[in-house]
Amino acid sequence: MSSSANNRSASDAPILELDRREALPALIGRHEDFLIVAGLAGTARDIAALTENAPHGFTMGGAMGGACMIGLGLALAQRDRRVLVVTGDGELLMNVGALATIALMNPPNLSIICVDNGHYGETGYQQSHTSLGTDLEKMASGAGIKLTRTVQRQADIPSGAQFLREGNGTVFVLLRVSTGEPPVYKRIWDPAVNRAQFRAGLLGK
Amino acid sequence: MNEQITAAPTRWQDEVFDLLRRHGVTQFAYVPDAGHTILIDRSLADPDVYAIALTTEEEGVALIAGADLGGARGVLLMQSSGVGNCINMLSLINAGRFPFLALVTMRGDFGEGNPWQYTMGQAVVPVLQAVGVTCLRADTPAEALAAVSAAATMVFQAGQAVAVLFTQKLLGAKRF
Repeated sequence: MSSSANNRSASDAPILELDRREALPALIGRHEDFLIVAGLAGTARDIAALTENAPHGFTMGGAMGGACMIGLGLALAQRDRRVLVVTGDGELLMNVGALATIALMNPPNLSIICVDNGHYGETGYQQSHTSLGTDLEKMASGAGIKLTRTVQRQADIPSGAQFLREGNGTVFVLLRVSTGEPPVYKRIWDPAVNRAQFRAGLLGK
Repeated sequence: MNEQITAAPTRWQDEVFDLLRRHGVTQFAYVPDAGHTILIDRSLADPDVYAIALTTEEEGVALIAGADLGGARGVLLMQSSGVGNCINMLSLINAGRFPFLALVTMRGDFGEGNPWQYTMGQAVVPVLQAVGVTCLRADTPAEALAAVSAAATMVFQAGQAVAVLFTQKLLGAKRF
């Protein structure tokens, strides 16, 4: 037995060609069509930059693992609006059971994008489980979400964008990207301010 | 699930459900517990509300925040052990000043026979208070109704975070 106690062999994963700064906006398309909940760190920056902190976005800075369930509560409350959760692999892994809860409710107005760079970008780019063998699309599928897809090449984006907006149940898209940085953008840092702005925009109160 | 509760559930939980419905609660999130059976069954049977089965209680904390963003009202039904699973997610409630209502069936409390239940049962109040959740205890059916009614006003009018604790005096201790 000569193997290391840390079971991490060199990955034979394919080289990832997509840069989140281009691929995510292309996949989302007209962001104004959605009410958007973003996970913390990278995806909060992605969405703050894309929407320029508009009222249809709620971006997290803590409470890791909550993005998908905030999206579910919002989707059940607003059945006539399409809700988009944009989260990262680390954030989703922290509360991956939420996928089973969402599959059970299966609201057709909820779509989830997991921006998977295989790393914890905010804490020093440590590898996450998804660059060591975990497949979050299979986990979403195994949780019972019927409409799942992986987007990892430029050619996948147009059909992925359509897939995100259609369907008679909750949609899950795993967007596999390279380790390029998310955009630098000053997001709303106070969740009470973000909550008030979001509700004012949506509910007029 | 093969153990029995000494005191049979009574009508007061039906009144709690009706009270929550009068306050406009439409999202009932739960991790199953014998003490919440009536509320869970009523929410599953009501075509105008969502009964959301969770895999862990913290999901319910985030769900209720999302409901509020969309203008809806939720309640989280859980056992005292589940409170421990919620703590960091309650940052979202506290920092975001989201209204938050939880109904907690207590274990490790009054006449508990399972030593595993004491650690979290005894920690419920200090831990919830530490993250900004006000606790109201209920030892009798009359207190339970009064506490849920008071909590609904505190949460849905004043925007507070409140947990109502249904104690083992109220529910009866599980028999082993």
